[in-house]
Amino acid sequence: MMNEQRREFIKKTALGVLVGLGAASGLVPAFSLEKTVLPVWDEQPVPGKIRWGMLIDTRKCKEDCKQCMVACHHEHNVPDFRNKKEEIKWIWKNQYQQVFPTASQQFPGKETQERSYLALCNHCADSPCTRVCPTGATFKRWDGIVAMDYHRCIGCRFCMASCPYGSRSFNWQDPRTAIHDPVTTYPTREQGVVEKCNFCSDRLVKGQQPACIEACPEQALTFGDLNDPRSDIRLLLESNETMQRKPELGTKPSVFYII
Amino acid sequence: MIEKALKGNRSYWIWIALLVSVIGIGLSVYNQQRWFGLTVTGMGRDISWGLYIAQFTFLVGVAASAVMVVLPYYLHNQKEFAKTVIIGEFMAVSATMMSMLFIMADMGRPDRILNIILYPNPRSIVFWDVLALSGYLIINLISGWAMLGAEKKGVAPSAWLKPLVYLSIPWAFSIHTVTAFLYAGMPGRHLWLTAVLAPRFLASAFAAGTALLILVSLVLKRSTGFDTGKEAREKLAILATYAGLANIFLLGMEFFTTFYSNVPAHKESLQYLYFGLEGKYQFVSLMWFSLISGVVSIAVLLFPALRRSTKWLIAACSFLVLSIWIDKGVGLIIGGFIPSPLEEIVEYNPTSTEILIALGIWGIGILLLTVLLKVTVAVKMETDS
Ligand code: SF4
Ligand code: SF4
Repeated sequence: MMNEQRREFIKKTALGVLVGLGAASGLVPAFSLEKTVLPVWDEQPVPGKIRWGMLIDTRKCKEDCKQCMVACHHEHNVPDFRNKKEEIKWIWKNQYQQVFPTASQQFPGKETQERSYLALCNHCADSPCTRVCPTGATFKRWDGIVAMDYHRCIGCRFCMASCPYGSRSFNWQDPRTAIHDPVTTYPTREQGVVEKCNFCSDRLVKGQQPACIEACPEQALTFGDLNDPRSDIRLLLESNETMQRKPELGTKPSVFYII
Repeated sequence: MIEKALKGNRSYWIWIALLVSVIGIGLSVYNQQRWFGLTVTGMGRDISWGLYIAQFTFLVGVAASAVMVVLPYYLHNQKEFAKTVIIGEFMAVSATMMSMLFIMADMGRPDRILNIILYPNPRSIVFWDVLALSGYLIINLISGWAMLGAEKKGVAPSAWLKPLVYLSIPWAFSIHTVTAFLYAGMPGRHLWLTAVLAPRFLASAFAAGTALLILVSLVLKRSTGFDTGKEAREKLAILATYAGLANIFLLGMEFFTTFYSNVPAHKESLQYLYFGLEGKYQFVSLMWFSLISGVVSIAVLLFPALRRSTKWLIAACSFLVLSIWIDKGVGLIIGGFIPSPLEEIVEYNPTSTEILIALGIWGIGILLLTVLLKVTVAVKMETDS
């Protein structure tokens, strides 16, 4: 079952091993993979066929653990300015009433209230950020991932105003000065552009799971295709009571929570 | 015609020198912003638009308000606006110019501005706003300039001008409606997510813009002796009054819906602005100052005896403009970001860099207006004598 899932997974990332090898051997620059899907797999990407999603089992998530955040921010050269005003974050933790401000919280259990909850871009199926972006620098990929082209972004910050989840960060100054341990496998950004979680499209393309999923020691995170009724994530969604952030806004988040 | 802007008395040149130095300071500070990034402003992750976008919004309104003279003059043949029309059109030109510059100043990567045209996204309201604003700028510049040219030569304006002027009327409404749509279409920003946003934008624009036009015409009278007419000013004052009333009425609608329905998400921003939220009150006194000065200046303008007195007219118009500038700039734009999507209340204070850049852009706009009006007055005086 798991093996089959794994094969499915690699296949769905559309490039699988072939490009993984290409990237590893330097034939295909890893950067360009972020933007385009190369037609090496016989199967052409069909828009809307796959919709990547994530399920966060907050019961398993350990209060003081930061492994997913550390892994993600390291992997993607996310700068750390140690300054709240200019903070850049792809995945982080907040209190219940911050992550779910419109959910019921009149008489919360002590434990629910004291825990903190992971937040990241929801890769909304009806994403307001892609709707408002004047240049298409923020765009929806064929597999449901809301991606960014850092070279096209004009830094108007419209997407930040329109994202109801605070998922987007702007580079108020040159980020390179604040990347403490840079990696060479993912591009750094320039001053004046917006960035956010990319659902690890850079790893999917190599047939790998997102960095946060791999880093979590508690297996609290599940990643998979929401459109596939046989995927792990769909089975979990069907057998558990789950919620999304601010579902009333009609954005159709692809990140789900078990509280 | 433009050579007329090169002849002026001492005070004209002192004024120009003053504007040029404000622009110079603005530009050099802007250079810093380009170099270090928008970190030099007071904006941040949570309040990601500030003074620049606030000015942009206010100025689009000023630009749209030219319609308050164009419409009665061309459609209803109100002759007393004959001398004011062109001032309104040129004010629209410079206000549109400034609003576009404020957008530029706010951009993280202004070097990529052409991407809006190279990779247009018709689902994005910005795309339509850029079209609307640049179109409006061109229409007003051409029609104002051509009218003036015809007047100088003492001939009737060309036949193609009429349709252009007529086109400018719906266009004026459209620029401010589209500007309101920039904000009103975003889920999760509840202060903006309201159908009365566009009507409120128009009402406040027509009030503030018209009041500003009255002030400009008084300045012109003082400095050049060119008088657009007391009657025109009085009529404009009435228009500004009713637009101002409509604006306050719409604000009242907003208050009722928000506070009576008591939906938390809808309430929080307005609550924060006017009453404070969770012990944070940054804008409360400013918002009440805006509301009260708006109401009082409208009340003053409602009395014919008071609005006929130049002193009262100046005071009322100035406070009306200030009131709406605060309401639309500070209140509406900054207020829309509070609380943040993660329910945080963050304060915003523009930095001196930000303020100097804003002043520099105002300088550019006022310089443009000065030059255009200088030519206008010279031509009008010539043909009058
Ligand atoms: S969470 Fe925000 S940034 Fe992510 S897709 Fe949804 S609207 Fe866009
Ligand atoms: S800041 Fe960049 S990504 Fe965001 S809306 Fe503007 S151009 Fe698009």
